[in-house]
Amino acid sequence: MAEDGRKAATDADSARREPQAEAAEFPLLRIDSVVKKFGAFRAVDQLSLDIRAGEFFALLGPSGCGKTTLLRMLAGFETPDEGRILLDGKDIAPVLPHQRPVNMMFQNYALFPHLTVRDNIAFGLKRAGLPRAEIDARVAEMVALVKLEGLAKRKPDQLSGGQRQRVALARSLARRPQLLLLDEPLAALDKKLRESTQLELMEVQRRLGMTFIIVTHDQEEAMTVADRIGVMDSGRLEQVATPRELYEAPSSRRIAEFVGDVNLFDGQVASREAGRVTISTKDAGSIVVAEPRQPITKTTVAVAIRPEKVKLSRRGPVADALSAHAINRLEGVVTDVGYLGGLTTYKVKLDSGAVVRSSMANTARLDMDAYSTSQRVVAWFTPDDCVVLEK
Amino acid sequence: MSGRRIFTRPARSAAIAPYLWMLLFFLVPFGFVLKISLSQAAIAQPPYLPVFDLTQGVASIKAAFAALSSDNFRLLASDDLYVLSYLRSLVVALVSTSILLVIGYPIAYGMARLPKRWQGIAMMLVIVPFWTSFLIRIYAWINILQHDGLLNKILLALHLVSAPVVWLSTDSAMYLGIVYSYLPFMILPLYATLSKMEPALLEAASDLGATPLQAFWRVTFPLSLPGVGAGVLLCFIPIVGEFVIPDLLAGSNSMMIGQTLWLEFFANKDWPVASAAAVVLLMLLVGPLVLYDRLQRRQLENAR
Repeated sequence: MAEDGRKAATDADSARREPQAEAAEFPLLRIDSVVKKFGAFRAVDQLSLDIRAGEFFALLGPSGCGKTTLLRMLAGFETPDEGRILLDGKDIAPVLPHQRPVNMMFQNYALFPHLTVRDNIAFGLKRAGLPRAEIDARVAEMVALVKLEGLAKRKPDQLSGGQRQRVALARSLARRPQLLLLDEPLAALDKKLRESTQLELMEVQRRLGMTFIIVTHDQEEAMTVADRIGVMDSGRLEQVATPRELYEAPSSRRIAEFVGDVNLFDGQVASREAGRVTISTKDAGSIVVAEPRQPITKTTVAVAIRPEKVKLSRRGPVADALSAHAINRLEGVVTDVGYLGGLTTYKVKLDSGAVVRSSMANTARLDMDAYSTSQRVVAWFTPDDCVVLEK
Repeated sequence: MSGRRIFTRPARSAAIAPYLWMLLFFLVPFGFVLKISLSQAAIAQPPYLPVFDLTQGVASIKAAFAALSSDNFRLLASDDLYVLSYLRSLVVALVSTSILLVIGYPIAYGMARLPKRWQGIAMMLVIVPFWTSFLIRIYAWINILQHDGLLNKILLALHLVSAPVVWLSTDSAMYLGIVYSYLPFMILPLYATLSKMEPALLEAASDLGATPLQAFWRVTFPLSLPGVGAGVLLCFIPIVGEFVIPDLLAGSNSMMIGQTLWLEFFANKDWPVASAAAVVLLMLLVGPLVLYDRLQRRQLENAR
């Protein structure tokens, strides 16, 4: 079933990015039914994935889901037990790590403590046997790229965490690898620095036109930097999709919950007519949803609505001639108000006892309409705001 | 009384303790040795002149000071016996330390790469010889190396030699004894630095195109240099002054300075010359000692 979801997602995705998809006939990297076992534990389980040249791809998943193991197989530090890894059409299983045109940026950077910034960056170039002048030129270029001018003679322990991160990036880029692997590259940085570094990573990737694969457990980070995201769990890919698709059209409950906040209501398909499906839920009565592109096959489903799609009002929306009959209205009492600056989150307790979460942008500075606890409100959303999940 | 005082007082006296120790057990005895090295041998009790006698007043102490001379040091420089002893000591220490490094490094490297639960056992195996007295172990070597000893018996039984080989009282036997005795002192500091090294560094080297051999020489070895330094000095310094092993295992035709010193002190009863030899030995070792101290301090700073 993960297969189906992934296929649908890649199809939709390639439709959106037509020009690039055509340019690369065969993917730069093809991971074909790869299995990696540690004893009886299958760290990576029958995983297949194609990555195009020039793509920024994120492997997202909780710790222990196998994403780092997959990355280490690409770098050559682990060998797959089954399946093939093709880089540029060639099987790289027999290629030793030091011979692969792949470089890795390590989680804790793994900078050589006895070498200066310059020598760290030049390490890979010297091993490649480049002439001295070219090494110097390439190091200078890398130092400028990651904005480390003036620090080239320092040793790693004389640098801040953010500077070390840049050295690690420069070192892994210096050999101009076909594929750059980044293992939780920003995990050691604080939030502010992490956000600005994410943007810099994207800029570097775009400027060099390189293919990046980043491993992360931070869904916001994955959404920010990546063109496509593969969500991993228990050694398998649950869904591969663009950030928007992953958020707006998750393929399963687990992904809907893992990526962002969501309201979920379990229920049964009650009736269908003219592109509208009515689902009778236990906690929220009947909810009308738009018929998805792929028809619903099961009768027991879940309806997912993101909190920002749920609007609150005192009496419900003003009737609209076209859609009034289809708008979902849930009545309840505000139990919790969380003011976050840019937006405010509300929890509304429905008469059934279930809780609906809503978040609304604070578009006006003086909001006379702000809701307060124990106020009775109508939470409403349209059929198009809902996603039907079959698993 | 404030809480602060309670804690600072013992801390302050604890800081003095090592200096007090040094003063009592190193500087004061060294003062005695230095004084004796500037005296003349005499048939007396104690066997040297002059003697400071505090009961005879200031004038006699002044006279005693005036009687001190550096004759003994001049003797050390002029007589081949001493110069050759010093040279031999340095050569033996240098050669032994080199052999120790070549043998000890691979052992320490192998230990550091064992699975964690085996490392403790390997460490035990390195330390276990210390459970037997050092002298007994050297005598055991004499047993193995002597004319009808275990080694010759095995070689004869295997028909590798036709007649017993002379092992005992040779330089080879001495080097064997020294290397055997000092190996733990080489392995332990090397193991300490090698086991602390992040495995990710080797992966990074390999990822950046280094062959395993290049990764070793460019990353592992430079990062283990503090351990190499500590191991080398920890062996070199005591080997220079080694007395027991050369005395028991080496031949009697050339002596290390420790043996010469022993002869002067016990056989010749020439305390002043023996003391002068000891002072010069200490001066020779000050350089390596300071180096060792610096290495240790730098490592402490890096650990912080």
